[in-house]
Amino acid sequence: MTSRRDFLKTGGVAAGALALSGALRSADAAIPRVRHVATAPEMDAVVKELLMEALNAAKLAGAGYADARIGRYLQNFVVTREQQIINVVDTDSIGIGVRALVDGTWGFAASRDLTKAGVAAAAKEAVAIAKANRVARDRMITLAPAPTVPNASWKNAYEIDPWTIPVEEKADLLIKANAAGMKAPNVKYVFSAFFFRKQERNYANTDGSVIAQTIVQSAIQQQFTAVSPDFSDFQNRGNTMPPVGRGWEWVLQQNLVQNGSKWGEEASQKLKAKPVEVGRYDLVLHPSHLWLTIHESIAHPTELDRAMGYEANYAGTSFVSPPNDMLGKFKYGPEFMNIQGDRSHPGALATVGYDDEGVAPDEFLIIKNGKVNDYQTTREQAAWLDWWYKAQGREARSHGCSYADNWSSVQFQRMPNVSLLPGEKEQSFEDLIAATDKGIAIVGDGSFSIDQQRYNAQFGGQLAYEIKGGKIVGLLKDVAYQIRTPDFWNAMDMIGGRKSYEVWGSFFDGKGQPGQVNAVSHGSVPARFRNVNVINTGRKA
Amino acid sequence: MAPNDALMSRDDALMSRDDAQALIERIRKFSRAEAVEVQIFGGNTTNVRFADNQMSTAGSVSDFQVGVQSYFGAKHAVVTTNEVSDDALKAAVEKSEKLARLAPDDPESMPQLPPQQYQPVEAYFPSVASMSADERAKIALTALAPCRAANDLTAAGYLENRAYFSAFGTSAGLFAYHRATSSNYTLTVRTKDGTGSGWAGAEHNDARQVDYEGVSRRAIEKARASRNPVAIEPGRYTVIMEPQAVGDLCQLIAFYADARSTDEGRSPFVKQGGGTKLGEKILDARINIYADPFDPMVRAQPYDGDGLPLGRQEFIKDGVLKTLYYSRFWARKKGVQPTGAPTSFIMSGTNASIDDLIASTTRGILVTRLWYLREVDPRTILYTGLTRDGTFLIENGKIARAVKNFRFNDSPLFMLNNVEALGRPERLAGTEAGGAVVVPAVKARDFNFTSLSDAV
Repeated sequence: MTSRRDFLKTGGVAAGALALSGALRSADAAIPRVRHVATAPEMDAVVKELLMEALNAAKLAGAGYADARIGRYLQNFVVTREQQIINVVDTDSIGIGVRALVDGTWGFAASRDLTKAGVAAAAKEAVAIAKANRVARDRMITLAPAPTVPNASWKNAYEIDPWTIPVEEKADLLIKANAAGMKAPNVKYVFSAFFFRKQERNYANTDGSVIAQTIVQSAIQQQFTAVSPDFSDFQNRGNTMPPVGRGWEWVLQQNLVQNGSKWGEEASQKLKAKPVEVGRYDLVLHPSHLWLTIHESIAHPTELDRAMGYEANYAGTSFVSPPNDMLGKFKYGPEFMNIQGDRSHPGALATVGYDDEGVAPDEFLIIKNGKVNDYQTTREQAAWLDWWYKAQGREARSHGCSYADNWSSVQFQRMPNVSLLPGEKEQSFEDLIAATDKGIAIVGDGSFSIDQQRYNAQFGGQLAYEIKGGKIVGLLKDVAYQIRTPDFWNAMDMIGGRKSYEVWGSFFDGKGQPGQVNAVSHGSVPARFRNVNVINTGRKA
Repeated sequence: MAPNDALMSRDDALMSRDDAQALIERIRKFSRAEAVEVQIFGGNTTNVRFADNQMSTAGSVSDFQVGVQSYFGAKHAVVTTNEVSDDALKAAVEKSEKLARLAPDDPESMPQLPPQQYQPVEAYFPSVASMSADERAKIALTALAPCRAANDLTAAGYLENRAYFSAFGTSAGLFAYHRATSSNYTLTVRTKDGTGSGWAGAEHNDARQVDYEGVSRRAIEKARASRNPVAIEPGRYTVIMEPQAVGDLCQLIAFYADARSTDEGRSPFVKQGGGTKLGEKILDARINIYADPFDPMVRAQPYDGDGLPLGRQEFIKDGVLKTLYYSRFWARKKGVQPTGAPTSFIMSGTNASIDDLIASTTRGILVTRLWYLREVDPRTILYTGLTRDGTFLIENGKIARAVKNFRFNDSPLFMLNNVEALGRPERLAGTEAGGAVVVPAVKARDFNFTSLSDAV
């Protein structure tokens, strides 16, 4: 066979540049959605041969269905503090994961041995594990049909591969941003880091699909820390910008040095902020904050595996359950509330051309006019909602939410990009503040915690502004709000329009056993929530 | 298999000490840097997952990773790969050297450690490494069979067996090696009426020491007992935290016990006006927190990521802050010995059982475990989170009834200042964090529950 080195050489070549441009946070780039399917390198012949070898071995061993993924996962970090480089790290991992369905029971095996014998051994082990588990099977697993994709390739919306940028250039930019932040009074410490990830994902299944994809993602992590001269207080300003499914071009659009001054100044200002008085306030939440509330209180509870109890031993279940009591019935929020799931949003983190079952993603309304309308599904799960889809006049079809975070991880249901769609009236964050008499406006995500059924949540933020008579009158500190999810969303009475839409997200969303990490984006407009319980989190040790 | 073969077999993902040393030596010979460090880890992991009384996934993963850090003066960079052919290793070394040369100077870069003496920890047990898929499925049946038979229960559980090694070597001649196994089993049983949920778990390096059936039994009992919880007002309560809940909250202390951030004024151990609280009594006098890789209940790696040997380290002795973590750089700057980063967390206790703690309580809340802990204020280690899978009201020395879950906003530092009694230490099975953690149950007054959760 061709050596792994040849594969790496081929697989490592960056794909051609894309025509798409514009910042993810730009409203025009975010909406309307454009399905992004672009030309990417075809699958390496050796990789395809190994995938076929694995699938044949699985079938010969007794699998009724199997799929195989050969992936190469690259990461690059440049980590700094103040005027120092702490580390420069490049990681590279490659291997195969094989999943086999035998008599309605799954088995999975993963190995970095990319020889014909190695991939066949992994396939046989996946089948053997599935067979061993038949003794504990209760129900047969079946898969909803999906179109076969015999020869597809796709790459996401990045223009400049971060691996083509010299480390000096990356380090220089971070060091300059740190210096800018440290000019603010009392800002003594700044942490900043670039984190880039490139995935070369190759997939095939026994239905006949063969798919190659390249995905690049970028994140900038920063924290500016101001310490009071008498050591009585310190305050952080971090989470300054969203991670994205784009490349170095996105970094260049962030004005890191100029914004470093602003973020440093904000850390400094937090030292002088007034402690919040506990009570009930109208909250005006910026998309840089609200994305995380959406993530925790809508996106996770509408994962169908969670609703059906498959995460009960780890991340928990969901109050959006059982589906036949919820679909078309449960009032999550006001009628103008529409929540969309998709894996096709250009530049977002959960965006793929095809999921890890070879399904091309679609756009679907999880909440439609305020009511529960759908769940996030894989092929196994879509079959569970057959009754609902028939009632809606459509076939049971996966929404393309199958995903594995590595070649060594088994694919399972992970959330797509889940977003709060804009309202019809064109109004901004500032317009919502102007309409508020006594409230708090929160920018940026801070502390977050929610229970295992997603009812009771508590969120902090990066910056909390006191609103009086439609105007911001000062900065508050130690602000957190506690909610009960359905009450909170039903208390939403204003949302922003199209131009106020921004996309934020997380690189590190955990779920599953063994734990997997998913990167996901959430689009949002600013929104106002009436009469929310606000607590003060400050207390002396 | 000859060292130059491109790939190792599946079994070779778990390397012997000699093979690991030979591999590090092989990589060192490829190096043209002024200094080089090599880190290797790998192994085999098998698992079974089930939920809703049905098998969901099961798997086996074999992997291995080599990390090379090259140094040129104060410049350094790390490259990792999971390939071990000569070509791949040479490429990783060359890339690391190229990146290191390009990297700006790191003024905190430290010279390499010379060879160290390590006392080995026996943490590897064939009972874990050789457990078959059939045996794993049978362990799943210890929960699935009784829950299916009961008709009113659903089981969701996870068994993970790991056999792994790590090795570390430098061009200054240091070499460290550790291998271990662990079997971790956790189970959540929920009642089909949606009103009860119980959790139990166990972990050990030796599968023969894990009572899988006992875990299944405890989770079932707890689920049944937790049915139909009632709401009681949030507020400050005396709590009895079972060991998992104590570990969830208290191991956070270790993440903050860093000398540098304290010296810089951004830690809960800062003294107002400057300086640290080292030597001050900061917790109840009954609290002793330490790390010890040789403790038979943890059997942790006996060296840290820099290769510093680890022994017993006392963070809190009789309530007094004794140690903060000093990295090699910060120790040199401050003129003290580096401590090494601990690989275990142990809190001592007593021989009292949970039942003993309950019997001594007039009114309080029994907490099985905590969930979704997140930092609210780093100045005090103030965390928020929730109770989960078994929260009960205690009245007059007995469990009176199940109560709804609470959200709390509190700090382990506050809780360990309000201690009334300690229980028997146990090794945690781990939820969000976990690992080599051994802690007792804790009874403490005035724990701050701030709101109710409807979640079961």
